Amino acid sequence: MADLSCNLAGIKSPNPFWVASGPPANTAYQAHRAFEAGWGGVVWKTIGTPIVNVASRYSALNHGPNRLIGLNNIELISDRAPETNFREIAEVKRRWPHHAVIASLMVETRAEWHDYVKRAADAGADGIELNYGCPHGMCERGMGSAVGQQPAVAEKITSWVMEAATIPVIVKLTPNITDVTAAARAAKRAGANAISLINTINSITNVNLDTFVPEPTVGRLSSHGGYCGPAVKPIALNMVHACAADPAVGLPISGIGGIATWRDAAEFIALGATSLQVCTAIMHYGFRIVEDLADGLNAYLDAKGLPSLADLRGRAVPSLEKWENLDLHFQRVARIDYDKCIGCNLCYIACEDGAHQCIDLVNPDELAIGLGPGRVPHKPVPVVREADCVGCNLCSLVCPVDECIEMTVVNNGLAPLTWSEYQAKLARGEMSPIPPHP
Amino acid sequence: MPLSPLLPADQLAAKFADVKPPLRPQEALVEASRCLYCFDAPCIMACPTGIDIPAFIRKIAGGSPAAAAKTILTANILGASCARVCPTSVLCEGACVLDDRDEQPIQIGRLQRYATDYVSERGLQVLPPIPASKSGKKIAVIGAGPAGLGCAAELARLGHAVTIFEKQRQPGGLNTHGIAYYKMKPQVSLAEVRLVESLGVELRCGVKVGTDVKVADLERDFQAIFVGVGLGAATRLRIPGESLPEVRDALEFIAQIHTEPLEKVPVGRTVAVIGCGNTAIDAVTQSKRLGAERAFIVYRRGEENMSAYDFEYEHAKHDGAEFLFNVAPVGVVETNGHVSGLRLVRTRVLDGRVEAVPNSEWVEPCELVLKAVGQEKQVQLLRELFPRLQIDDRGVIAHDALTGQTNLAHIFVGGDCGNGGREVVNAVGEGKKAAHGIHRFLMHEPVPLPPQPSRLGAKGGATGSGLLQPIRAHELEAALTKSTNR
Repeated sequence: MADLSCNLAGIKSPNPFWVASGPPANTAYQAHRAFEAGWGGVVWKTIGTPIVNVASRYSALNHGPNRLIGLNNIELISDRAPETNFREIAEVKRRWPHHAVIASLMVETRAEWHDYVKRAADAGADGIELNYGCPHGMCERGMGSAVGQQPAVAEKITSWVMEAATIPVIVKLTPNITDVTAAARAAKRAGANAISLINTINSITNVNLDTFVPEPTVGRLSSHGGYCGPAVKPIALNMVHACAADPAVGLPISGIGGIATWRDAAEFIALGATSLQVCTAIMHYGFRIVEDLADGLNAYLDAKGLPSLADLRGRAVPSLEKWENLDLHFQRVARIDYDKCIGCNLCYIACEDGAHQCIDLVNPDELAIGLGPGRVPHKPVPVVREADCVGCNLCSLVCPVDECIEMTVVNNGLAPLTWSEYQAKLARGEMSPIPPHP
Repeated sequence: MPLSPLLPADQLAAKFADVKPPLRPQEALVEASRCLYCFDAPCIMACPTGIDIPAFIRKIAGGSPAAAAKTILTANILGASCARVCPTSVLCEGACVLDDRDEQPIQIGRLQRYATDYVSERGLQVLPPIPASKSGKKIAVIGAGPAGLGCAAELARLGHAVTIFEKQRQPGGLNTHGIAYYKMKPQVSLAEVRLVESLGVELRCGVKVGTDVKVADLERDFQAIFVGVGLGAATRLRIPGESLPEVRDALEFIAQIHTEPLEKVPVGRTVAVIGCGNTAIDAVTQSKRLGAERAFIVYRRGEENMSAYDFEYEHAKHDGAEFLFNVAPVGVVETNGHVSGLRLVRTRVLDGRVEAVPNSEWVEPCELVLKAVGQEKQVQLLRELFPRLQIDDRGVIAHDALTGQTNLAHIFVGGDCGNGGREVVNAVGEGKKAAHGIHRFLMHEPVPLPPQPSRLGAKGGATGSGLLQPIRAHELEAALTKSTNR
């Protein structure tokens, strides 16, 4: 069994799986249930001056029969009194001393920040997360993403927090910004101990075509909300990597954004995350999903011979480079396994209409592949013209059969050449331009 | 003993409920979402009417069943009944590529029913309007069965004036009277007839061509004639006792189920069905459902030779029907002028020929004997109507497979009287092809087949290929066997 224990800037938890600040982390009752289920930490629903919420609050992006590939919300921070929240944090910490409880905070003035930071520490919280991210409601009042989108403001407020902080401080970053590393660097400059990302993305999930009011509806109106869930994972991974790869950031990262399976978790860790926060998957399926997350991650680490999370962390970070450092001479082509092919021809039409016209439909009688895929005699089968194949992957992506289309590396005999090298060689007159594609 | 109904109405209603119930909207969405949306999909090639199946399923998945129904009904005016009665497992669903991924094929038939029910329940008119400018050509269609309806609808949509002559009072042919009641209710077929009429087709029921109206008059008033008269009465057994009142034509028995309330249909406590095709299956299962304690099939060859589809065979066994293989009837046993049993003899096959095993006769008691050994060809009727029409040695009208044209240039044919007896969907497809043949004959120009959206860009011969030359599952299976052995 691999060691799943986690230490993010001094915040220790038995595993890296934390309940993210949101509806599942609203009460002590939920925190107890989460820890009983096996979660390693809870980031409390953001505490601030109590607000008033609306009905309804959530809306979903479904894909065919699959529900909640994305979730949108217009719920604000905690609508409970701060003293209730801090009292419950203390209760939870008494019962679960070795689990992480992090107080998420969002207030306005320096005095308020000092007050809340102190109360969080007094309640026994293991750390503080600064909510600079919510893109709905609170930002209209100068908080949430209104702070996170202005690095200078975020830096200022973070420095106020650091004046009073006695426990580790995590700055939660909004993705609703052009360059997330600018906000991460501001956190670093202000002395924060860690960053967490991403918060939710500004969104409208759908429009009701009868009423013309998008969901979630409040009377005859709606409002844009924060988007999360499996569909945001690629955006989150990119931003986690950007921060992990930026030497000027250099802060431990709590990864957030669409994590629903152990594989998602492992990918965040491989791109530099230390702890992981999950909300939408819990809202969809409940706290019980942590069992699969932990078992799956453990099995993976064991299979790879990695004794701890630290051995996985950041392993994929160096694999991402600037485009100009990619090898222009690397070549791979699509190869179709006709024993696996079922004859749907999706690869053909995708290449023909959507990519680079490198697949022909050929009468199987002309090929040495027997009757070809499917069970229709003489039905044309897709054949890749390898000389023209640009190796774009599209056919293999649309193929509905696992391992049917393999992208095979071919040796074209050319030495590696990056764009940077190419430009340099051109400038030095050491090579002639690569002819444009016909 | 004279026969009487056996079960009360409420029990019968439950027993004759649809075996394939309609999909609920969410079920339809989930099922439609499984479709891969193949390019140049095999299911289309297996549909004798060439419905663009991936296109209509995508519309269901996208939440537009009315648009899906438009795709279906444009290709197949009897799409609602075909959705229920097509042997999909040997047609479209048998060709589904998911089978090659070891998954259940898409339930194309039930999705088609979902879309067509959606528009018929709401009274939505989804077919494109028929052309305002008429060709001035008039075509007579003989027979308001699936072939005649398919032909008439297509001709109307091409701008021709069509009159259908039907000898029965009720139109629809076997689609109205000859389908197992638990597969389709006659109302579905009759609604389709109204749909055809809504295209401007004139329907004259209770008019027998040759008797009520002379062929010469038709030839005078119409520029072309489509013959879709189907097949005739049940093939005779030619055994003693065949004329007893409880020896009945299975199709007539099935028609009675359609025309009378179920609780009024008499059935025997024990029923013998002779023959082992799909009509025999329909007869034996419906006998059981009407309350027969025992119903058995008598077939002179073995299980491996029966012409019923596997799924029909399974269905009958599930209903508790018995199968007596390698047995032939030699006489009907009579008691007081009524059937009391069927005298049977064991058979064996020698050199491909069935022969009776000596001294193996016995009597199976039964009260009703249903004959389902096929229908007679209409050779005599056809000779009377069209003395110069060429009829081949199988007793069906010789014709061009792509146009339905016979040796008489103005006479076209489709359905059972041209193919010897196939599915409803074959009849519709042949009617449609004949309509194109008639159009070409009258207008001296071919019908431009509309491109099929799901295969836009397919090169060479893809358009409507299922219509022109439908592939069949047995061909697919043969190919599969060969390809596994390669």
